[in-house]
Amino acid sequence: MLLEIKNLHAKVEGKEILKGINLNINEGEVHAIMGPNGSGKSTLAQVLAGREDYEITEGEVIYNGKNLLELSPEDRAREGIFLAFQYPVEIPGVSNTNLLKTAMNEIRKYRGQEALDAMEFLTLLKEKMKIVELDQSLINRSVNEGFSGGEKKKNEIFQMAVLEPQLSILDETDSGLDIDALRIVANGITKLKSDKNAIIVVTHYQRLLNYIIPDFVHVLYKGQIIKSGGKDLALELEDKGYDWLKVDKFQVTG
Amino acid sequence: MDKYKNIKESFLNNFKDFENSLNGESKSDFHKIRKQAFNNFYELDFPDRKNEEWRYTNISPLLQQSFSIPNNNIKLDATDLPNHILKGIDAYVMIFVNGKFSAEHSHLENIQKGIKIRCLADCIKNNDKDLLQHFGKYADCKNNIFTSLSTAFTTDGAFITVDDNCVIEKPIYLLFLTKAGNVNIQTQPRNLIVAGKNSQLKVIEHFSSTDNSTYFTNTITEIVAQENAVIDHVKLQEESINAFHIARMEVDQERSSNFTSHLISTGGKLSRNDLTSKFNGEGGEAMLNGLFLIEKDQLFDVHSFIDHAKPNCNSHEHYKGILDDDSHGVFNGKIMVRKDAQKTNAFQENNNILLSTNSLINTKPQLEIFADDVKCSHGATIGQLDNDAKFYLKSRGIGEEASKEILLHAFASDVVNHIKIDAVKNYAEEIITERINERKKES
Ligand SMILES: Nc1ncnc2c1ncn2[C@@H]1O[C@H](COP(=O)(O)OP(=O)(O)OP(=O)(O)O)[C@@H](O)[C@H]1O
Ligand SMILES: [Mg+2]
Repeated sequence: MLLEIKNLHAKVEGKEILKGINLNINEGEVHAIMGPNGSGKSTLAQVLAGREDYEITEGEVIYNGKNLLELSPEDRAREGIFLAFQYPVEIPGVSNTNLLKTAMNEIRKYRGQEALDAMEFLTLLKEKMKIVELDQSLINRSVNEGFSGGEKKKNEIFQMAVLEPQLSILDETDSGLDIDALRIVANGITKLKSDKNAIIVVTHYQRLLNYIIPDFVHVLYKGQIIKSGGKDLALELEDKGYDWLKVDKFQVTG
Repeated sequence: MDKYKNIKESFLNNFKDFENSLNGESKSDFHKIRKQAFNNFYELDFPDRKNEEWRYTNISPLLQQSFSIPNNNIKLDATDLPNHILKGIDAYVMIFVNGKFSAEHSHLENIQKGIKIRCLADCIKNNDKDLLQHFGKYADCKNNIFTSLSTAFTTDGAFITVDDNCVIEKPIYLLFLTKAGNVNIQTQPRNLIVAGKNSQLKVIEHFSSTDNSTYFTNTITEIVAQENAVIDHVKLQEESINAFHIARMEVDQERSSNFTSHLISTGGKLSRNDLTSKFNGEGGEAMLNGLFLIEKDQLFDVHSFIDHAKPNCNSHEHYKGILDDDSHGVFNGKIMVRKDAQKTNAFQENNNILLSTNSLINTKPQLEIFADDVKCSHGATIGQLDNDAKFYLKSRGIGEEASKEILLHAFASDVVNHIKIDAVKNYAEEIITERINERKKES
């Protein structure tokens, strides 16, 4: 198993947000996580990436046989975890290429590989840029600074393409994209998918899932996964919303 | 006042020695200015923290010292200059060693027509009329004890004049190298720059030291930008960690002139930079940028004053500080918009990063606006590195220290990127990188 989340509880500023998450993910799988605003989807994503603002109060997360919660954010990335942010951060004065070069080489060093030389790195960037049809001018600019919403999301997937993670967590990468951008981003993700890696797709909509067919769909509600199913569940949610599930949930636990 | 009697007496003795060494020159017109300035100095009190202008900057560590006039016969070692001179700069070069012009090390060949680059010492000796016309007219001694002191001991510096309509291609690079060799010396580099109508000029002042001696640099630069002149000024302050550095720059801007200043500093033990730019005519532009990086127990103070005396002028100020350990920074940005100065645009920003819990910054905008149709804005931030940005970098596999380094560089780079002369920009980048790497080694 690639990722095993057991009874995960997390708190922020004294408030419990995740209230016992259980989730198993194997290599080659795509898991969609859906749920209403404020249900804890991004919190789960950030906790997995190692954000220190959240306090883990209970539970464990095993990634590739390792206790994930003990690893620093950078070591998680070096172990192959990648988070595409719901709100990618703007970093004035740091170029995209500089970020990626530093990241790439720190990851390679961690894995005992040699640093890429300038030529190899540029060749790699050129190749990966095509995957999300990213403009050359954007990669020389400061990270996300002044990028449009769509460009920011493309840039996240571009970084994913360069870093080749084993577990990608895409937090609403589809939100705010027009149809063309959605197609480009979705095709990019599809190209990066293999039977060796896994993807968690956090989304509110079915439309991304038309491209990236999930093996499982989970509904996160008030910090718990209250329902899991196959790809049809997403369609059902799009159609009916979440209210019918909340009733279900009470019946299960009540 | 009596508390500082010792240091005053020591300056008095120095002044007597200085006069005795002057021989014939002590009868010159210029020396009258010095004498007047010394009398001023002797009458004035050193500012203490009750003085609003010095509220956050305690100069008593300076006043506990005593300083001597440097020996004239200092010899540079083979490595002294190459280690300090700005690499790869194509400029007219004036080197000052312990405050004294060294023709031997300077490069003033093939100078473009329309510019005169002279050392002050020669002009003083020759009772130069131009010098007497401008000297001390902008940096007034009357109420300033440090200016009085500096003026009293003025011996050398750069005197640069540019004719009307002359665009000077090469920058002028002034290196003030101190080789104190553990003798507490005082130097008072004094520069005067007069740029004629429609002229353009770039000047770099670089303060550096061969060792970590304690010494006192008390320097003044007066600048006149005549109508429509464009002046680009950079100051690199890399004094000894034990140095006292008191500096004043006074800029007089005539109609439609454009003045840019960059101050890149790694401080000293105590440094104070006063910068004043005054608009004497309409349509002037002033841009003051600065970056300081301080650590240990360094105290760094910058006081800027933009005097919008005339309408339709724009000023843009941006100072940034990176403070570590127990260091203390002070930023005071005064903007005066006088009654007639309608349509003034004044923008001021001061951003600081505190890398340690013991570092401290006092930042104070001081807006005095007497006109009604003006746009003024100011802002100050004090903080740590942006946590969201740091987490973003770490989530890409970049370690804690490397992330900090990247963000510090980014913070510093927007000031540095405005420097137009590549060699200077690269050098400033090097200073920053060196400082940041040093930090890494220590931690
Ligand atoms: N750093 C924080 N400080 C305080 N509250 C937080 C913090 N992070 C998240 N929360 C709260 O936790 C809850 C879950 O937020 P989260 O962002 O995980 O929801 P989400 O499911 O991703 O919502 P959306 O669909 O709107 O993105 C919300 O009530 C939010 O306000
Ligand atoms: Mg969210």
